[in-house]
Amino acid sequence: MSNLLTIKGLKIEGRSDETWNPIINGVDLTLKKGEVLGLIGESGAGKSTIGLAAMGYTRDGVRISEGTVEFDGIDLVKASAAVKRGLLGKRIAYVAQSAAASFNPAHKLMDQHTEGPVQHGVDSRAASTEDGIELYRKLRLPNPDQIGFRYPHQVSGGQLQRAMTAMAMSCRPDLIIFDEPTTALDVTTQIEVLASIREIVEEFDTAAIYITHDLAVVAQMADNIKVLLRGDEVEEADTRTMLSDPKEDYTKSLWAVREFQRPAKPAVPEGSVPVVSVRGITAAYGKTDVLHDVSFDIHAGRTVAVVGESGSGKSTAARCITGLLPPRMGEIAFDGEVLPADYRKRTKDQLRQAQMIYQMADTALNPRKTIGQIIGRPVQFYGGLTGAKRRKRVNELLDQIELEPSQYYNRLPSELSGGQKQRIGIARALAAEPKFIICDEVTSALDQLVAEGILRLLADLQDNLGLSYMFITHDLATVKSIADEVVVMKEGKVIEQGEKTDMFTPPHHAYTDLLLSSVPEMDPDWLTNLLEERGVDNIGDAAVDKM
Amino acid sequence: MSNLMWLAIILAVLLGGAYVFRMVGQAATGNAPKFRDMGYGEAFGYVLGGALLVWAVYYYFQPQVAETGVPNAGVVFFRWAVQGFIIAAIAAFLFRLLGRTVGTAGSKKLFRSMPLTAAFGILVILIYTFVAIFAGAIAPYGQAEILGAANVMAGGDPALGGNPEYPLGTDQIGRDILSRLIYGAQNTVGIAFITTCLAFFIGGTLGFLASTLQGWLDQLLSRSVDVLMAIPSLIFALLLMTIASVWSVKLGIPLTIFMVLIIAVIDSTRVYRLARAVGLNIVVMDYIEAAKLRGEGLGYLVFKEILPNAMAPLLAEFGLRFCFVFLTIAALSFLGVGIQPPLADWGTMVRDLAPFINFAAFAPTAAVTPLLAAGAIALLTVAVNFVVDWMLHKTSGLKE
Amino acid sequence: MRSILKIVLQRLGLGLVTLFVVSIVIFVAVNSLPGDFAEAILGQGATPESVATIRRDLGLDQPLVVRYFDWLKGMLTFDLGTSFAQLNFANFGGAGSVTVAEQIAPRLSNTMFLATVTACIAVPLAVFLGILAALYRNTAFDKAANMFTLSSISSPEFFMAYVLILFLAVLNPVFPSLSNIFEGMPFGERLEKSMLPALTLTLVVTAHMMRMTRAAIINLLASPYIEMARLKGLSPMRVIVKHALPNALAPIINVVALNLAYLITGVVVVEVVFVYPGIGQLFVDSVKIRDIPVVQACCLIFAAAYILLNLTADILSIVSNPRLRHPK
Repeated sequence: MSNLLTIKGLKIEGRSDETWNPIINGVDLTLKKGEVLGLIGESGAGKSTIGLAAMGYTRDGVRISEGTVEFDGIDLVKASAAVKRGLLGKRIAYVAQSAAASFNPAHKLMDQHTEGPVQHGVDSRAASTEDGIELYRKLRLPNPDQIGFRYPHQVSGGQLQRAMTAMAMSCRPDLIIFDEPTTALDVTTQIEVLASIREIVEEFDTAAIYITHDLAVVAQMADNIKVLLRGDEVEEADTRTMLSDPKEDYTKSLWAVREFQRPAKPAVPEGSVPVVSVRGITAAYGKTDVLHDVSFDIHAGRTVAVVGESGSGKSTAARCITGLLPPRMGEIAFDGEVLPADYRKRTKDQLRQAQMIYQMADTALNPRKTIGQIIGRPVQFYGGLTGAKRRKRVNELLDQIELEPSQYYNRLPSELSGGQKQRIGIARALAAEPKFIICDEVTSALDQLVAEGILRLLADLQDNLGLSYMFITHDLATVKSIADEVVVMKEGKVIEQGEKTDMFTPPHHAYTDLLLSSVPEMDPDWLTNLLEERGVDNIGDAAVDKM
Repeated sequence: MSNLMWLAIILAVLLGGAYVFRMVGQAATGNAPKFRDMGYGEAFGYVLGGALLVWAVYYYFQPQVAETGVPNAGVVFFRWAVQGFIIAAIAAFLFRLLGRTVGTAGSKKLFRSMPLTAAFGILVILIYTFVAIFAGAIAPYGQAEILGAANVMAGGDPALGGNPEYPLGTDQIGRDILSRLIYGAQNTVGIAFITTCLAFFIGGTLGFLASTLQGWLDQLLSRSVDVLMAIPSLIFALLLMTIASVWSVKLGIPLTIFMVLIIAVIDSTRVYRLARAVGLNIVVMDYIEAAKLRGEGLGYLVFKEILPNAMAPLLAEFGLRFCFVFLTIAALSFLGVGIQPPLADWGTMVRDLAPFINFAAFAPTAAVTPLLAAGAIALLTVAVNFVVDWMLHKTSGLKE
Repeated sequence: MRSILKIVLQRLGLGLVTLFVVSIVIFVAVNSLPGDFAEAILGQGATPESVATIRRDLGLDQPLVVRYFDWLKGMLTFDLGTSFAQLNFANFGGAGSVTVAEQIAPRLSNTMFLATVTACIAVPLAVFLGILAALYRNTAFDKAANMFTLSSISSPEFFMAYVLILFLAVLNPVFPSLSNIFEGMPFGERLEKSMLPALTLTLVVTAHMMRMTRAAIINLLASPYIEMARLKGLSPMRVIVKHALPNALAPIINVVALNLAYLITGVVVVEVVFVYPGIGQLFVDSVKIRDIPVVQACCLIFAAAYILLNLTADILSIVSNPRLRHPK
């Protein structure tokens, strides 16, 4: 059978600083009818650019400089705009990363759904509407008969993503490009969307390019996987081979990330005073309570992971501990001593003891200050060190975070990579010589390899300095690798808490169970097995609603 | 009616031309993507642009003096405009070239990525600054000095009522216009600059204070600013100037000082808005939270953490505010309530010299003087705007 | 619909409150004059008796708060008091003196006429050119337009006015350079006489409006749903009309209203240049002779128009926002 899509020697350039710089350096790709190819790589690998180029489309300031993109015998690079318009939407469709931004806010979902078929002359408006409702039903959207007549902002993110898949299907295309369709979703929502996408792609025998940075996700979706690194192909193989027997070092290193695991620590001795004790706090933004009676302890030298989906109140709990948001009820104790609720009323030493590391290293470091100033300030502020002593201490700290002091002391944050910036954030926290550090999603903005480096560093620092961590995350893989204890939160309440080993062994609370089971695993059969085990109606938000 | 008919014919020719242009382009280039995917509107744009260019060249080479001996003023002005434009472009180009070869590595790099418009802007600002500072040394006469002859025409040609001693002529009471133009740089620009600095001092301080402290102070200041901004600024300035003019007589303080204060206060509301918005954007950054949680004081937060990050937008805003203040002062002076005589000032000069424009048909040079004063104002604001535009584009990254 | 009505009513209320506070500001500013009106009117030849007479007639012996509410009441009933300029000539308070209201009314309608003519030319032109510049951004057309608009924004209004006079009145007598319009003038002639001031204002306002429209459209074209529409294989025309325009409406309306508000400032200078008998010129003349009641009244009218236009911009952009029009 001939290929549906053949990309040969594709080179793409992007314009910056008045010159054209290469983004993709010659990538080949073939796709047969009904086949699903997973494109995987870290940020900046050029996955989305290739995905769009497969449609003969480039964004502003980007151009295809060489190569051919042949779709069913038509070279999309050379084809006229009119020819391309005839194919786009009709035979090649696109599902974007953010459905909320990619649906036009001014029109109802169904109007946008039927627009393609009507404009391409595939179907009448009435027939297409009927088909749309049918597709919504297939994708298990709630209220399939009515949901299409709502405006995009009236529908939730996961539902929009499915509606967008339905829209892509409206002309029954031969090829769909999925550009990170589940990245912005919570795990329990993601699994539903994954299941529906896979089902419908199989049913209509549509070929697809599935772009993602998440290996476990692509393992569920794709027949073949192609790994990209900075615009170059690393390797391609069928999914099972790729997972079991990766050839290239880079691919192996991607796989290895998931293996970092800390040994379990001895249990906390009876009667010891926790470093931080959160006692029954209830907090509100304005008049609505967002935290309800939350309590947990963090003991010396241990890591407590606070887990939950967006809106579960985990970051709010951190704001209460730091004193930025004084709780309405309850109290925070440090080494058994109750702290003033407002950070402005705390002593310098109380402030010093608890430090924070932020999710976005970009906004956590003042872009106008050098690394030396950023780390030096707390050294001077708390330790009173100045001049050569201060410089010496900063150098020690830079050594601790494995950055060469002479090289980095005078640099600005903008001259560092994401991982390096995050290390500076850690050094700034360490400079205060705290007992306790809050890590707020510190690895979620980083690529997996870099994230692993940060996790290892944090673990080493804990062993050497006896630090306690409160580790806020939504990523259960991170929890598995670093936590000693786990606190599961949902809608501002603690659902379950305990030692990690207990938490990851059944039986557990139904929500914890759902959360755990929704995290994709590196097994191509994982989704299939899960669906068989639980049934399509007992996964994701549907299951949450039943609780 | 015939005019309309001509217009219709020209339009029809252009529309037809566009069709032919696209077709010929497609045939000549073997259907290259540029012509193949060209819309009809785009083709029309090209043809229209081409036609305008041809007309401009044709008009440029028309005789400067008609056969009847009457100067063809339109052609004269057009030539001046074209020549002025070309000279400005060349000057800007040479200046940029100079900037690229002389100076530190940093300044060279800056000039390399600079568009011609920005280079032109910087050049003009430098020249104005020079003239403003050394006005006393450059100007041939004093700004209030009343010389022998009044109403001497510009151009210095005695046959046309000029005098080579006064190249730009003299005004109604016999003051040298060139000298007054030069002193105008000092007075108009200087006063506008001082006013802008004052507005920034007031608005900037309050804005950052409001964004850092928030709470009731922010509410109070912001609501007051809302009210002040609900009155159009020129109107408000005129109202306050009316009141100030009475006070100035009573207290014996020059009205110009009142004007500086009034415009500074009115303009500080806009600065306040921006400083507050910029401040609020920075205050939500995690590094500010980190500094707060460290226990840092207000002074450290504002001066060490917020201000360094607010410099770029503030500098751009300074340029825009300066233009605005400058134009407001010029407008007030033009209306007769701004900078007071005997100080030379461009706005006042435009008003006084405006009647000369009516002689333009007979003596093109006569119309130059009022337009020179107005043009001097326009040139500086254009220059500042070019530079600000470039700065904003640079700091906003490569979004487009 | 309930929530949107609530927001609109809130804004309306806020606008009224602002207007009220502005009226206080104007009143207080005027009353901060040294001495009082009576002395200001009579100047140096004031005798204590004549000052006292005028003071009583104008109600100046009342406390400030009482006078404010009297003035406000007058404003609301369009009884704006008597102009000082008239006081000097006519026998004070007697027959033949012209009230401020009588003076302002025809001027106001003239200015409205000028503003309407300007808006009729400027709005379609600016929106059209702005969209064109956005669609063909970074082309020679866009760059030329950028340079031209930037220059025309930067130039003082009187510069543009004199350049137009030079080319369209002096060198090529197309339009008259003096706009001496009067009541009962036929529409065509009136339009012709108002053309130069209107064109001057158009130049300035169009530049602003066009730049803002361009920015709004470019911002919009960069949004993912426009890319999605293109990737659905829709024609460029349909992408613009069906997908960009409905969302561009709010920002464009906003831009238009804001710039019409800007007209208010521009109108003052332009009316003076062309000796156009509008409220702007009356205002400037009154400022020069310190005719306080007229200054006060004009100021409030300008402020009210300005607030009203800003309010309109605000409300229209709320109403045209689909997120607010169709709440969850």
